Amino acid sequence: MKLTKLAFALCASVALPIMAQATELEVTHWWTSGGEAAAVAEFAKAFDATGNKWVDGAIAGSGDVARPIIISRILGGNPMGATQLNPGKDADDLIAAGLMQDLTELATAEDWATILRPKSQMDSCTLDGKVYCVPVNLHSGQWMWTNRKVYEDAGIAPPQNWAEMIAAAPALKEKGIIPLSLAEGWPIGLLTEDLIVAIAGVDNYVAVYQDRNMEMARGAEFAAVFKAIDEARQIIDPKTVVPQWNDAVALVIQGKAAANVMGDWAGGEFAVAGMVAGTDYDCLPGLGVEPVLGTGGDVFYFPKSEDPEVTKAQLAMASMMVTKEVQVAFNLKKGSLPMRADVDLSAANDCMKKGLEILDNGTKVFPNNSQMLDRDSLNQINDVMKEFFSDLTITPEAAQEQFAAIIEAAPK
Amino acid sequence: MTAMSSASTVTPNGAKPKPMFAPGRVLIYTLLIVTSIYYLIPLYVMVITSLKDLDQIREGNIFIPTMKPTFDAWIKAWSAACTGLNCTGLAPGFWNSVFITIPSVIVSIAVASISGYTLANWPFKFAEWCFTILLVGSFIPYQVFLYPLVIITREMGIYSTLYAVIFVHTVFGLPILTLLFRNYFASLPEELFKAARVDGAGYWRIFFNVLMPMSLPIFSVAVILQVTGIWNDFLFGVIYAGPTNYPMTVQLNNIVNSLQGVKEYNVEMAATILTGLVPLTIYFLSGKYFVRGIAAGAVKG
Amino acid sequence: MSEVKRPNPLFRNLTAKLAASPMIFIVLVVFIGSTIWTVASSFTGIKTLPIFTPQEFYDNWVGWDQYVRLWNTPRWITSITNLAIYGVLYSGFAFIIGFLLAVLMDQKIRAEGVFRTIYLYPFALSFIVTGKVWAWILNPAFGLEKTVRDLGWASFSFDWLTNRDMSIYTVVIAGLWQGSGLVMALMLAGLRSIDDEIWHAARVDGIPKWRTYLQIVVPMMRPVMITIFVIVASGSVRVYDLVLALTQGGPGNSSQVPSMYIYEKLFVGALAQGTAASSVLLLATAIILVPWIIVEFGKKSRS
Repeated sequence: MKLTKLAFALCASVALPIMAQATELEVTHWWTSGGEAAAVAEFAKAFDATGNKWVDGAIAGSGDVARPIIISRILGGNPMGATQLNPGKDADDLIAAGLMQDLTELATAEDWATILRPKSQMDSCTLDGKVYCVPVNLHSGQWMWTNRKVYEDAGIAPPQNWAEMIAAAPALKEKGIIPLSLAEGWPIGLLTEDLIVAIAGVDNYVAVYQDRNMEMARGAEFAAVFKAIDEARQIIDPKTVVPQWNDAVALVIQGKAAANVMGDWAGGEFAVAGMVAGTDYDCLPGLGVEPVLGTGGDVFYFPKSEDPEVTKAQLAMASMMVTKEVQVAFNLKKGSLPMRADVDLSAANDCMKKGLEILDNGTKVFPNNSQMLDRDSLNQINDVMKEFFSDLTITPEAAQEQFAAIIEAAPK
Repeated sequence: MTAMSSASTVTPNGAKPKPMFAPGRVLIYTLLIVTSIYYLIPLYVMVITSLKDLDQIREGNIFIPTMKPTFDAWIKAWSAACTGLNCTGLAPGFWNSVFITIPSVIVSIAVASISGYTLANWPFKFAEWCFTILLVGSFIPYQVFLYPLVIITREMGIYSTLYAVIFVHTVFGLPILTLLFRNYFASLPEELFKAARVDGAGYWRIFFNVLMPMSLPIFSVAVILQVTGIWNDFLFGVIYAGPTNYPMTVQLNNIVNSLQGVKEYNVEMAATILTGLVPLTIYFLSGKYFVRGIAAGAVKG
Repeated sequence: MSEVKRPNPLFRNLTAKLAASPMIFIVLVVFIGSTIWTVASSFTGIKTLPIFTPQEFYDNWVGWDQYVRLWNTPRWITSITNLAIYGVLYSGFAFIIGFLLAVLMDQKIRAEGVFRTIYLYPFALSFIVTGKVWAWILNPAFGLEKTVRDLGWASFSFDWLTNRDMSIYTVVIAGLWQGSGLVMALMLAGLRSIDDEIWHAARVDGIPKWRTYLQIVVPMMRPVMITIFVIVASGSVRVYDLVLALTQGGPGNSSQVPSMYIYEKLFVGALAQGTAASSVLLLATAIILVPWIIVEFGKKSRS
């Protein structure tokens, strides 16, 4: 509590005069499951300790359900006090319209640029040199999860990278095991990007997604990626494609499937099932090809309020979210990596530690897709990849060209 | 049960039910029972799933009932399921849903019935043009209206209040309901209307004293349609009603749509059936009027 | 003042006009207002935030770009095709099943209330979850296919849900489950209103029962058929959570429908694209419906 109070005092001394009374802030987020709610509770507890009141406004269904609600509330003139929102280009319009609270002063005073890492995540909260959101954690999507027992039972050494996983597929299939589980929808897009990163490399991925290098998008490196996706779709029986990502992870946990590609949030499912990383299952960052880490993560925005009391409370909340103590408590419950390097995370599991290690190296860390491309274009890429996966008559070349055309047309 | 027995007394118009075992009867009952099975299979799966625990769901076949049924999921869905930080189940949203549904149903039916009455009995060109636009409007996906309605309700000064959500439900109920009422009133014998006019009755007196008593059935049809739609609505409630008035479906959505962590399918099924109980009760209670309502009305149009 | 002045026609039946004013207000402000906004937005490049002032529209004007993009999107073409398939099959079968069930129920059967409630209950339950139950049942890995195979019929196959050529038909199956009971109830009501005299007369003339239904009763039910048609047709154009819960539009994009495309684009930062797609639907609906409405409803109102 000491640290929270200290941080609060610091924030108060810089940004605002002394807090008079408790202000209620409604917070919209889509963290509704057990583990997520426990993480939110850490925020709520710490915020209430600042003398304000956290009013929980959970809306399940990730951004797709929450976004229209958030925007409607802001348009209607009854904004929430704070809201989770996908960072990057999604929020740009709202910021440009002057609807979001500017946090620059607080960020400068607390020196977020130094204490929070990686830089790319801070960048996604920054527009024209001003800070508009608080990054609270890091999630990376480039992991392959394998059930060691399934491979061992089949007399195969558990694969340590993508190619070995593909090579083991025919033998597993003969035994009636799904070599690679897959969920319908966005997980197909995630798999695509992970393969780009693993096969074409981080630099080329950024070159295409961020710098829109069209030669690269149409070139040989990416052709190799589409070849790899072609291999993957050949080993996936459409009957085994499940509706949601957690169904696909569950297949691996139950031993019905051998491997799955999913973000670090899948680690929570293994933990709940009582499995131990390294003995029961493997988590392979960068699909085992090269340890890399995309820096997606959750951020909070604060819709602008005319009430100075609310603004005060908003700043207090923003400050609270990046304090050491809260960062540790929150991220351990959430299963994500903290934004601060200067915290003790010895309680973290093996997979989180692998992630932290990459993060500390810094070189293989790259921005999240939504920081480089707008959501609309990303969805269009998903559409192309979903079709490519389910329709074997589409050639890798055709899919690559469709992919490149979307990159080309994407707004800068 | 009283509802069911009273509903089943409506059936015959004329002779008593024939004996069950004539060959033609056997065919009729066979067809009815076979189709009923098709309709009941999903409900059967839902009910047996809600009575299983999570291990049984994971291991078992979806069609095979459990030997050790438990009502834990039902209790949890009603009073303990967490959505975010609030572990209160569906119960608290129940009353909000009631407070949204009752006025929304009343206002939307009032506006639509009066509009239908005007179109049928006091038509004027402009109203007829409006009716045409309404019918086309019933084909537009709801989502298109979201942002314009935010602005409209904001300019009306009612955004984020119960009034806004009542207004929105009135808007979306208007096309189909107006059609129902217009057809119904137009089908009533014209002589009734003329006689009332000769007696000197005006617009409102004819509506309340002559037409309404004859139209209870069509009103119950409208109630059924509206209660179903409004009770199950999630999006409008959450966008227009404001956080203090969140309906039960917000909790239902949060129970059902959580993507992280273990999926509690049994709680989902129990929560869905619990949420559906109110419209189902309305069906039971008004089944009798439901059928007679349309019967007396829309047909002779 | 003994002579009553001839009133201004505008004020004739003033009460009726005032009473209809809420409807007129809603039509003018909400339906027409939203339509104008939708069409105007479709000629702009707006992304996340809607705009409402003429100046903003002027600043964001891009001409026909959104429509060019829309018609070059394979997913949209698939969606339109699926809407046609779904609309025709769903409407057609809903009418047939609804009518047949209603005729069966009209045979003076016992426990009619029980059967009627069984056919109607799907209408009352939120489709987010009933769709998931259908997805389980239709899923080849643990639903019907697996169950039948476990019972010993090893070659049994029912994989429509995961088969891109058949997935849209699973939406029809679940849609009929949800909606045909309502059609049955409306039809049954229509049948009930037919005068017993008609049946008498038909029987006296020796007309078989099935011909009485088809040639005498059905034509008499025309108005209720029209109500059903509007309900069923608008329901199929708006079909959304059904598809979302059942197939999520998959496999691939094979079971996408226009309202899914519209909803996604409206709220993922391609607002103008969503409004362009809505405008296309709106125009198509208006072209088909308006002439029909004028013919159908124009002639019948009393004067």
